[in-house]
Amino acid sequence: MLLLTCPHCGVTAEETEFAPGGEAHLKRFGPGSDDDAFEAYMFNRKNPMGVHFERWRHAYGCGKWFIAARCTVTLEVFGTYPAQTTEPPAGIVETIKAKRPEWEGYK
Amino acid sequence: MAEAASVLDGARYTGFVTVADAGLRGMITLRGDLASDAVAGAVKDAVGLGVPGQRRVHAHGDRAVAWMSPDELLVMVPYADASEVAGKLAQALAGAFATVANVSDARAVFTLSGAAADDALCKLCPVDFAQLGAGEIRRTRAAQVAVALWRSGEGEVTLVCFRSVAEYVFGLLRNAAAPGGELR
Repeated sequence: MLLLTCPHCGVTAEETEFAPGGEAHLKRFGPGSDDDAFEAYMFNRKNPMGVHFERWRHAYGCGKWFIAARCTVTLEVFGTYPAQTTEPPAGIVETIKAKRPEWEGYK
Repeated sequence: MAEAASVLDGARYTGFVTVADAGLRGMITLRGDLASDAVAGAVKDAVGLGVPGQRRVHAHGDRAVAWMSPDELLVMVPYADASEVAGKLAQALAGAFATVANVSDARAVFTLSGAAADDALCKLCPVDFAQLGAGEIRRTRAAQVAVALWRSGEGEVTLVCFRSVAEYVFGLLRNAAAPGGELR
């Protein structure tokens, strides 16, 4: 079971109270970008075995979007933060580096 | 004009917990910047209560204000006063970046009373009820639909859901409270 804490309302609940929103921190390539960049933005996702950043919505609670940094293997959650964040906060990056020294960064 | 009635019209079920339709309740959704003086002043004038902090419910008599999300409050008043209070709030917040809507007829309210109310609810909601203190509102799901619940008194939990799913929720609660389903 995946337990997430919503950073907007502080509730910790299991995943069924939330709705998943796919990979976080995507850079959008829209009209005017070249085809390869658009294809990569549109279709290519990381699907890693290990550290992953995901968008979630507290669908049955406060309704707000947030981002969860978690491990896809162990379901360990390193932290959550509001979706209005363009890159992972330093504190969360530090936590992940301490727990997963082999992690290569979120990019 | 037809008389307003709650969808289950006062239905009641007694199992190891008593589940009752709490009837009509005036409910007003207020969205805006909860930290602003405009919202605090409007709520104070309309219902005489302060803006609650994260996940808190302020209640006094038949009036209450609940924190629903970082930008949303639920103002509860007697059903008959709802449109008047909503008008008052809207007027007070006319110049502010806020919206007020009277949602009384979009909601259904249930009360669960009995010492084992938590045991009935924990079959339906992914909530650790031991952690749910008095004066705290918890928005969650009951089986497949969204609900909000809080402790409204000694051994009593009030649960709010959408009117369109009221019969479903009453069915859920009745089933969860059926004799023989006690957890201890």
